[in-house]
Amino acid sequence: MIGLNLVYGVAGLVFLAFAGLSAVERRWANTGFYALIATSFVAGDWLGDIGNGVLVLALVGIAASGRMRRRVDSAAPVERSAMVFVPALVIPAMALIGTFVFKQFPTVFDPKQATLVALTVGVLLALALCYAWLRPAPAEPFRAGRALMDDIGWAAVLPQMLASLGAVFALAGVGEVVGGLVGVAIPSGSVLGAVLAFGLGMALFTMVMGNAFAAFPVMAAAVGIPLLVKTYGADPAPVAAIGMLAGFCGTLMTPMAANFNLVPAALLELKDANGVIRAQVPTALPLLAFNIILLWWIVA
Amino acid sequence: MLVLSGIAIIALGFLLRFNPMLVIAASALVTGLAAGIDPLAILAAFGKAFNDTRYVTAIYIVLPVIGLLERNGLQARARALVAGLKGLTLGRLLIAYLGFRQVTAALGLTSVAGHAQTVRPLIAPMAEAAAGEAHDPEKVKALAAATDNIGLFFGEDIFIAIGSILLMKGVLEGYGIFVEPLQMSVWAIPTAIAAFVVHGGRLWWLDRRGRRA
Repeated sequence: MIGLNLVYGVAGLVFLAFAGLSAVERRWANTGFYALIATSFVAGDWLGDIGNGVLVLALVGIAASGRMRRRVDSAAPVERSAMVFVPALVIPAMALIGTFVFKQFPTVFDPKQATLVALTVGVLLALALCYAWLRPAPAEPFRAGRALMDDIGWAAVLPQMLASLGAVFALAGVGEVVGGLVGVAIPSGSVLGAVLAFGLGMALFTMVMGNAFAAFPVMAAAVGIPLLVKTYGADPAPVAAIGMLAGFCGTLMTPMAANFNLVPAALLELKDANGVIRAQVPTALPLLAFNIILLWWIVA
Repeated sequence: MLVLSGIAIIALGFLLRFNPMLVIAASALVTGLAAGIDPLAILAAFGKAFNDTRYVTAIYIVLPVIGLLERNGLQARARALVAGLKGLTLGRLLIAYLGFRQVTAALGLTSVAGHAQTVRPLIAPMAEAAAGEAHDPEKVKALAAATDNIGLFFGEDIFIAIGSILLMKGVLEGYGIFVEPLQMSVWAIPTAIAAFVVHGGRLWWLDRRGRRA
């Protein structure tokens, strides 16, 4: 079946090309970092849990050494006709069409991964189109892609790091302890107190963990289920949905949500790494208030 | 209580501006040790989760195409396209993109757009061109990225098969509470509308302020 195996194979090759091109220029820290990511994509399932852990430690070592460099080249772009939009639009168009088409063939394509597979097919198609039309040197797209990758640097694997930290937190029972503390802090019998603790807790814990998915099981166990649902009799569906959305407001305000906040700042070459967060706070705070009021209206 | 020291390490590490990769690794180690978990078991849990979440890093496969097209004048073309459209302001462009992102995300098409695929090559240069001299280009680019995030976050939860809905269903089932994904996804609609009103309102206001300046 075609699924993540295709996606990971292509990703492995792309990162291998980034590593090779970095090696040619003797940028060894970048070479090592990209080679490790390529290894993770291609061989991650054979490395075993400890092997993957060691791989992560090596990634952390390179990132913490501060030796990874940003892009070198900034060649002036060549002017082309508006045809240049076509390959760029092939990727989202293929992601859109492929998602629907691939789901019709669940025996050939993994239906759970339809969008990612479609995106990958779109990338391959766009790349073929580029080679046929623009006739670049074979390594040219990868050299250009690596320049963008160098701007992102180690922030690229931060989301994976945070997900892994979440797994360790779950193993260590951090959620239960946080839940216990929050539960003690709420005045008993106060619906408003419980709603505030749930909404603000989701946002704050999401800001620390960088991910609302990590905060949800904790806050559901601490306040959502025992107080809002069981004690005050609220409908669990809106409690869960609105709680998660309150968490998303936190995601907008934290550098820990690297792929949403730090990576675009690097990609867009912003001088202020927190520029995207600054642009989001004035939307995130009123929305958080809206979610808390909506939840209060539902519970009360 | 000791297991909370990992959270303190994250907060402190960020305040002291240590490398976040190092901070996260240290937090995992300290949290695991505080809970009495064997160091090798901590490493294994960390490695397994890292391997299971590789799909989030796979998005960078678009970079070779985007990079090549940029060397062939993609950004300049995007700017020229906007310059040719009379009446297209920064606010109107980003409001349209916000709506597009919310609607496609609500249909489950979260990877159709994004920072690498659409914001850097297309939306940010278009926004800069539409803003002209009226706004700081740094702020305009940041706002383009912000609009993508807000559209995605407050659209995707309307889709019933998205990861967060499935996670919520799973957590609730752990307490013996059974809800259909649709019951949760309809409750994402009021916040989606509020997000469009709040962020769209900010963008609209930006146009008004820009015109006066």
